[in-house]
Amino acid sequence: MTTTTENVETHEGGPDHPTDAKYIRVAIVLGIVTALEVATYFVEMPGALLITLLMVMMVFKFFYVAAWFMHLRFDSPLFTKFFVTGLVLATLVYGVLLTVFEFWTKG
Amino acid sequence: MADVAAVDNGHGTGTGLSNNKLLMWVFLGSECLLFGGLISTYLIYRSRYADGPAPGDIFDIPFTSVSSFILLMSSLTMVLSLSALQRGDIRNNRVWLLATALLGSLFIGGQVYEFTTFLREGLGYTTSPFSSAFFTLTGFHGIHVSLGIVMLVSLLISSFRGTLTKERSETVEIVGLYWHFVDVVWIFIFTVIYLVPSPTS
Repeated sequence: MTTTTENVETHEGGPDHPTDAKYIRVAIVLGIVTALEVATYFVEMPGALLITLLMVMMVFKFFYVAAWFMHLRFDSPLFTKFFVTGLVLATLVYGVLLTVFEFWTKG
Repeated sequence: MADVAAVDNGHGTGTGLSNNKLLMWVFLGSECLLFGGLISTYLIYRSRYADGPAPGDIFDIPFTSVSSFILLMSSLTMVLSLSALQRGDIRNNRVWLLATALLGSLFIGGQVYEFTTFLREGLGYTTSPFSSAFFTLTGFHGIHVSLGIVMLVSLLISSFRGTLTKERSETVEIVGLYWHFVDVVWIFIFTVIYLVPSPTS
């Protein structure tokens, strides 16, 4: 049996997943954000503002794909914990590496 | 519900979750460390281009933007193929799997074109620390995409043999997780390597 609400479909014997229409809406949002990212390349703006904007859009896209397409919103929190552990560990380890190599001050 | 699915697939665990899916998530967590290392190395070496071309001189942002959009849309077709199989719609599952493999191949074709263009412009693998770090990072990502295409083609073959059914949709879900991960890594690479202003000579 398959029941459909506005955004989520429930399959018998499986986890709840979004509908195809919701997936398409997610892809449209991702496409728009990508277009905004690319637009920054053609617009003159201060370096700090540009990098902040790009980082915000990148993080949004990263977690939006993970949440909707990789189903982290709907699956067991244990999967999220394993993935986030790797992500946090990588950020910390390589954050230290970049600091040691004075990347933040000398680029 | 998840318990029933796990037991049906013969992968019941103490957590009630599928072993295969859990293993893929642990693998993807470890892949964050691999790509983190490659991206950090690139960032450290991007200003060391010696006598070769500098990153800011050689990157073709409009071209790479199209490649990025193609890979992003392949994530949509991947998730639609899973959704179709979970409904028992074998025909659409095959269509979307094929579309994902084709979009992935198009991305790889773009990367090969980019690499050959860079080579013609004098940027070889050993030209400078920048070039080595760049080719290693993007090359590793390209290998991941290529492996994903092999997995997608294997799924298509299984489907045509009649072994990829609604009951085995978890296989497509696991390949999908890998594919989406490759996509999110590119989201990171595209911004940090291409869009953040790079040094020019």
